Amino acid sequence: MLITVNLNGKMVSGDVEADTLLIDFVRNHGCYSVKRGCETSNCGLCTVFLEDRPVLSCSVLAVRADGKKVTTLEGMQEEAAEFGAFIADQGAEQCGFCNPGFVMNAMALFRENPAPGEEEIKEYLAGNLCRCSGYEGQLRGILAFMEWRKKEGRL
Amino acid sequence: MKTVNKPVRKKDAMQLLTGQPVYTDDIAPRDCLVVKLLRSPHASAVIRNIQTDIALKVPGIEAVYTWKDVPQTERRFTLAGQTYPEPSPYDRLLLDRRVRYVGDVVAIVAGADDKCVDKALSLIKVEYQILEPVLDFRTALDNPVLVHPEENWESLCPVGADNKRNLCAHDESSQGDIEKVLEGCDIVLDRVYHTKACQQTMMETFRTFCTIDTYGRLSVVSSTQIVFHCRRIIANALHIPKSMVRVSKPRIGGGFGAKQTSVSEIYPAFVTWKTKKPSKIIFSREESMTASTPRHEMEMHVRLGAMKDGRIRGIDLYTLSNTGAYGEHGPTTVGLSGHKSIPLYGKAEAFRFVSDVVYTNVMSAGAYRGYGATQGLFAVESAVNELASMLHMDPIRLREQNIVRQGEVMPAYYGQENTSCALDRCLAKVREMIKWDEIYPVKDMGNGKVRSVGMGMAMQGSGISGVDVGSAVLKLGDEGIYNLLIGAADMGTGCDTILAQIAAEVLDCEMEDIMVFGADTDASPYDSGSYASSTTYVTGKAVENCALKLREQICRLGAKILSCEYEQVEFDGKEVVLDREHKVSLKEIAAASMCGNDISLEAASTHSSPISPPPFMAGAAEIEMDLQTGETKVVNFAAAVDCGTPINPNLARVQAEGGILQGIGMALTENITYDSKGRVLENSLMQYKIPARVDVGHIQVAFENSYEESGPFGAKSIGEVVINTPLPAVADAVYHACGVRFRELPITPCQIAMGRIRMEQGKSNSNDRERLPDNENI
Repeated sequence: MLITVNLNGKMVSGDVEADTLLIDFVRNHGCYSVKRGCETSNCGLCTVFLEDRPVLSCSVLAVRADGKKVTTLEGMQEEAAEFGAFIADQGAEQCGFCNPGFVMNAMALFRENPAPGEEEIKEYLAGNLCRCSGYEGQLRGILAFMEWRKKEGRL
Repeated sequence: MKTVNKPVRKKDAMQLLTGQPVYTDDIAPRDCLVVKLLRSPHASAVIRNIQTDIALKVPGIEAVYTWKDVPQTERRFTLAGQTYPEPSPYDRLLLDRRVRYVGDVVAIVAGADDKCVDKALSLIKVEYQILEPVLDFRTALDNPVLVHPEENWESLCPVGADNKRNLCAHDESSQGDIEKVLEGCDIVLDRVYHTKACQQTMMETFRTFCTIDTYGRLSVVSSTQIVFHCRRIIANALHIPKSMVRVSKPRIGGGFGAKQTSVSEIYPAFVTWKTKKPSKIIFSREESMTASTPRHEMEMHVRLGAMKDGRIRGIDLYTLSNTGAYGEHGPTTVGLSGHKSIPLYGKAEAFRFVSDVVYTNVMSAGAYRGYGATQGLFAVESAVNELASMLHMDPIRLREQNIVRQGEVMPAYYGQENTSCALDRCLAKVREMIKWDEIYPVKDMGNGKVRSVGMGMAMQGSGISGVDVGSAVLKLGDEGIYNLLIGAADMGTGCDTILAQIAAEVLDCEMEDIMVFGADTDASPYDSGSYASSTTYVTGKAVENCALKLREQICRLGAKILSCEYEQVEFDGKEVVLDREHKVSLKEIAAASMCGNDISLEAASTHSSPISPPPFMAGAAEIEMDLQTGETKVVNFAAAVDCGTPINPNLARVQAEGGILQGIGMALTENITYDSKGRVLENSLMQYKIPARVDVGHIQVAFENSYEESGPFGAKSIGEVVINTPLPAVADAVYHACGVRFRELPITPCQIAMGRIRMEQGKSNSNDRERLPDNENI
């Protein structure tokens, strides 16, 4: 069936089957930042925004995005770079494969809760697995980013 | 130093953080055939009949291959990425009529998309002759049921292998008279420890795509740590000349050793070679969990001899390792269980280390960060912790009394001298970081919970001595920029960056002036690959030497331009200077090199090291345990690492933090169990529980640098040593918390709760083995 999605600000139409997943739809439309790390909704790598709320695109049918707004990291390059720089300064991006989902969900966290505490950060991002970093460097990066935003007067 | 030992950003950091398409599946041609594998539901069987005609009728299906497409008597091969001749036996065929574990490959299907391939897979009819499997590795040796009865099984190296005994390798080494030393000891601790076939669980599963290039050659792009070994493996598997294969790697989504074995490459390679069409394979997570290359399951029998004053006099270790259905890394991993644990105890008068590696009908094991040292250190360090508690001695104090020191010879480490070692400082640092003296052994929190501490030490190697080869090519280009070509594989570890740091340090230039390329068998200089903790130490030295060579060549061309002798000039990174008036800039030299020039501004260097200086580490865990439920969390882990000079302190720190959390996972949650048919039950991230960020408190890492003369700028390795200490540290903390000793990992809340009940009922620990009477004559 034909669906039309507002993908990163552009109207995109595509013929999908009833069981096409959102992750495959967005990857087929050039959003390669969206990664698949499991088939069981455990890893968080495929996180995208559906109507500005984070969802696991491996667990959403493409048809459910029909007529809706979908945002991937491709549509948030500036924000991603601004935040990502603080992760890079820790060397915590490592292999990078979990980064897009992690960065998306971190963005969602800050939109919901601009000044989260350490436990809130961990809870919110609990579903974003990373096998390289041990999470400690990511946490340092997040705290440094929040500190910077505070100094910039953006909190 | 200007660049080395500085926390510079990884060169690819921002590309990765902004989600650019740089991984295998992002760059695979869109019209690739999709390749998937039909896998055996039986642990041991022979394919009696296989029908593919109906599957081939599914629209979109290009080809279905079975054992009939592969001559069964041709030479076998190994998937292990090792230097030729590989110690791993040649025991595989691309498609074998005999299947040897649940998940072994039965057929290869290639088609236009996932859907048609999935349909075709379901339409292949296989009739199996089901055979009795060998599922318990303790019964495998000399079992009448053989995993590899075939005549064309081959072992290329003298590793003591015998397929007619289910034996993949056997080895013995010793120094001194261990029996006599143990006889003279006040205490001989006799214990058995067990670790399982844990999964690397890198976030990017195994994947490869293949095309045919302009010259009709097979071009393989794969998420691999070992492009050069991979070329040989593919050529061996397909029985085609190595000249017809090119292997390159894009960004890799994590490896941890998993991608030191060519798990996925040979299948699309076969499809593309046969069909001449592009093809790709993307392993599902389930396949990555059930048909891959996990850690070798090991059972280790330790006899530790000591005196009442805590002096450790002898270590006798027997390791039984389970290589599973195939022998990848079987003969080599097991060695580390002894050679990287026993040498920590430098005062011992004797040691003996005997090992057997056996075939069974479970998934083949392989290389996983730590590579056998992890298992051996769990056993030896746990035994030393048990000794400490028997002697009522502080475990750190006991270590301080016994550890190997710088300058000492390590008989169990191939007689190598301990050239650089800050293990003593690591111990002192960790004691302070974890507030050991306040908590040891346990503190009651007053709410049904206790907090306790435990510790362990570790060593690893820095490359494989006398085997690993690292190379670098550096060339000067327009405007005075440099290309650094390497064959080592950055799998997220940051080697592209740290190797550039080494080059920038020698060449007195900025990091931005060095562009790194790796790795491609056609374009890179030879490198064994990124494994065995070799890249910083071995390839790093090659880069240092290469940069020194290029400096010299820059000076030669500079001197020619200045019409003077090469010995008269100096190069400061920007100019070649004869004196105040006579100098020529690097830019001018670069320009001159491209016009009427016969002095090469390209240097190549190759390096191998006769020694493998160990990095050292001490680690301590503070856990919190709910005594009612057994729920246990590491609230704090402190580690002090001696990796020589950390080339990039940020990247070294994250390596350590990441490795420690993998070790914590192995200690507490990452379990592997099989059903009665030999099927792995933990086949997804739902069942195989790697730590999430809420599962751990804080990990703190400190560096206690030694200086390794033979390494680049004093560096040793970091990548592997870091995974080892959490296992004994957490296990001992659990003992301090609840009084139950666990010698098998992982230690789950259920086991803790049940263990406490048993202890209260006055029964012995669940995993104390009756067949091994203790000889604790204290």
